[in-house]
Amino acid sequence: MAQPERSQGGVPRRQFLEHSVVVLASGVLAASAQRAGAFEPPETPLWMKSPGAGMSEYGQPSKYEVSVKRTGIASRPGTTGSGASRTPLEALDGMITPSGLHFERHHGGVPDIDPAKHRLLIHGMVRRPLVFTVEALMRYPRVSRINFLECSGNSGVMYNPAPPNLTAGQTHGLVSCSEWTGVPLRLLLEEAGVEPAAQWILAEGADSAAMSRSIPMAKAMDDAVLALFQNGERLRPENGYPVRLLLPGYEGNMSVKWLRRLKVVSTATMTKDETSRYTDLQADGKALMFTYPMEVKSVITRPSPGRGLSGAGLYEITGVAWSGHGTITKVEVSTDGGKTWGAAALVPPVLPRAITCFRMPWKWGGGPTVLKSRATDNTGAVQPERDKFIADHGNNAIFHYNAIQAWSVEANGEVKHVYA
Amino acid sequence: MSTRDLAWAAVALALMGCAGATVTETPNLGRTATPAQIAGWDISIQPDGSGLPSGSGTPAKGAAVYEQKCQACHGVRGAGQPNDPLVGGKGSLASKTPARTIGSYWPYATTIFDYVRRAMPYLQPQSLTNDEVYAVTAYLLRLNGIIGESDEINAQTLPKVSMPNRDNFIVVYPIKPAPR
Repeated sequence: MAQPERSQGGVPRRQFLEHSVVVLASGVLAASAQRAGAFEPPETPLWMKSPGAGMSEYGQPSKYEVSVKRTGIASRPGTTGSGASRTPLEALDGMITPSGLHFERHHGGVPDIDPAKHRLLIHGMVRRPLVFTVEALMRYPRVSRINFLECSGNSGVMYNPAPPNLTAGQTHGLVSCSEWTGVPLRLLLEEAGVEPAAQWILAEGADSAAMSRSIPMAKAMDDAVLALFQNGERLRPENGYPVRLLLPGYEGNMSVKWLRRLKVVSTATMTKDETSRYTDLQADGKALMFTYPMEVKSVITRPSPGRGLSGAGLYEITGVAWSGHGTITKVEVSTDGGKTWGAAALVPPVLPRAITCFRMPWKWGGGPTVLKSRATDNTGAVQPERDKFIADHGNNAIFHYNAIQAWSVEANGEVKHVYA
Repeated sequence: MSTRDLAWAAVALALMGCAGATVTETPNLGRTATPAQIAGWDISIQPDGSGLPSGSGTPAKGAAVYEQKCQACHGVRGAGQPNDPLVGGKGSLASKTPARTIGSYWPYATTIFDYVRRAMPYLQPQSLTNDEVYAVTAYLLRLNGIIGESDEINAQTLPKVSMPNRDNFIVVYPIKPAPR
């Protein structure tokens, strides 16, 4: 597999950087670039000849992994904080996304919130409106769950008539998965005393956009969490520090970050982000509204564009699958453009509304072909072919794209995005 | 029955007790919010107009506010560039190049007031007075041909504004229909 092999120690920094460019540019050159400065046996490696670095207060990834970073970063004209960054799926392997690589979608930048000064207000159709400090929230009983978050605009570029020349992370990286720990929202709603006629909750963030969405009461009382921790540590600022809403399986925009207000109401508030955005315009000009759960979906992360093959032989096809409706039960992989399919191995644990990794060994004969993956969830939902998906929904929806992704493998080992 | 058996029986009983419990005890640390606290933070507007403050504005007054506070990002008379256009696009939604603007797409007029007040201008959110927000809302509705030149927008008139694309949204929660 053309996982770029990093240059080894003993190579001067500048030379390493030059090598990195070459390595990233072509998997075929990776082996020779690595050999250049390597300590082949019987030579003793340089790093064994003196003690290494000391302890550190907060660890960082290896300096040889600096190229693994969020990708596709873009913000609206004249802004730095109204846009998105994406998880580099093709560089990772595992169900948990490192917190620093979790995708971002902000509407007014990342606020700098002092937790001692932050407050959460619950009001509206309740017996007793309440204000909570973060310190108070930290004393409530907690739950932990591993859930993906996916922006509903993930893979939106795939609605385009021509396949984009992008990496797997750049097309599909608005999905990430974390262990989230916090207080069940139900507990706080019960403390406030929700009136029987209440059907919705307006959730509002403390960012400069005061980003707001209407949450169905049923979801709020079911599995909604006020998350305080992400992957064992307090939330990262870009993921809603000090407290965010987490709605498992629902489109990411609804899991409001930097949560400051919950207003219990009888009808949806019809905020900007549930009317003019995050509604799915169909081919006939009608738009679907409140399309909450993210559909069953998968993508092959290796091989993928930028992660090509270096000659015929045995490779492991790897990828990720997820469904907002439940648990992934099957991922099928085709190495002949969809003519035949084989079941990939699912990597345990396989959890509801969490990223599920899949693997399948593949002997590449060296000829051009097309790779596809197709996920099925426990509701029986199957990822559709792109042709079918576009026929059903048109090219204008922007959101909730979940069709099968196809990668073309060229005879030289290069991988390209194709519609096939 | 041995001591060990008794211990296991006790554990089993305890587990059954847990399984039967549905109420989670909490520390009840919420402080009662005062009306003044709520009033200061409650900035959301419902589609029936509840939450709208007193005040009013006209398209003419809104034009002046728009030119000063909005035009740099949204273009002359809402034409767009560098950011989203706020007018036009009527009849484009089923075409290959749909333009989703306030006039062609937004289903509720109350959303304009809610969003402008909470998030605009991008660099100075929540800086406009309620009268200024009403006026800008009136101006945007006028630019889209939805209200008349001299119509006043206030808490009573705004929720009654009929948006052209209102009936073209299909609410799919809680059941999403199968693709056609």
